[in-house]
Amino acid sequence: MPIAYIQRTRERYAQYPPYKWTLNTDAPWTPLAKPLRDCRLALLSSGGFYVEGQPPFAEGDVSHRLIPKATPLRELRIYHHGYRDADADRDPNCVFPLDRLRELEAAGVIGALAESAVSFVVTYSARRDVHERAPGIVADLKRMAVDAALCVPV
Amino acid sequence: MSSAWDVTHAVRPPRAVFVNFPLNHETGKPNDPALQRSILLDAFRAFETLWAPGQVLTLPYVWDPADRSWEDTDFGPGVELYGVGASMQQGFGERTLGRARGA
Repeated sequence: MPIAYIQRTRERYAQYPPYKWTLNTDAPWTPLAKPLRDCRLALLSSGGFYVEGQPPFAEGDVSHRLIPKATPLRELRIYHHGYRDADADRDPNCVFPLDRLRELEAAGVIGALAESAVSFVVTYSARRDVHERAPGIVADLKRMAVDAALCVPV
Repeated sequence: MSSAWDVTHAVRPPRAVFVNFPLNHETGKPNDPALQRSILLDAFRAFETLWAPGQVLTLPYVWDPADRSWEDTDFGPGVELYGVGASMQQGFGERTLGRARGA
């Protein structure tokens, strides 16, 4: 059965003011106009991944990093607060499945993988996510002519 | 992708795929490429099968068929959630992936 994370978080951090969870009553919707085998797909990750040589993230950071799709995973780094990244450290594909997506691109399951994956870190602010972080990511996805995005939160 | 059913239902993304694994394994177990591939192929079906905004496709994967006790304890009081290094428990820290260290 699924874990009640909102309730467990409330119990775990009982000494802090209650976290204001995002509660949306409706969802945006864009129909996918063509089969996935004809689509350009982008990988989005909140796992704090960046490529060796890029600036790492910082606390409260709303920026994002573009990770070129041919990047060997051994060149990835993680900068993040508050996730259990031991398994991601052993094999990033369990939260950042770039190897698998490259294989599925080669197999023709997806039309193309976007030229870069996108990664960012937690800020604990939905307002900053929407107004400060998202516009830059959307602009990059549009520039890369992406048809669909696979978002993997951590 | 989601491994937190309640959080995802609250956020209501356009399309969601639920995998009941411990957080931070949303696309599979480490070093199990067959499982990772299978989860992605199933997740892609969401693009074909979810026909209205906010629906969640639940995939049938089970983390450990012999032991489901993690569902009772994970994320609860006293369970260490952060990275393998002590610095992660104190706040932000830069981690170097094991592969990069040659591990």
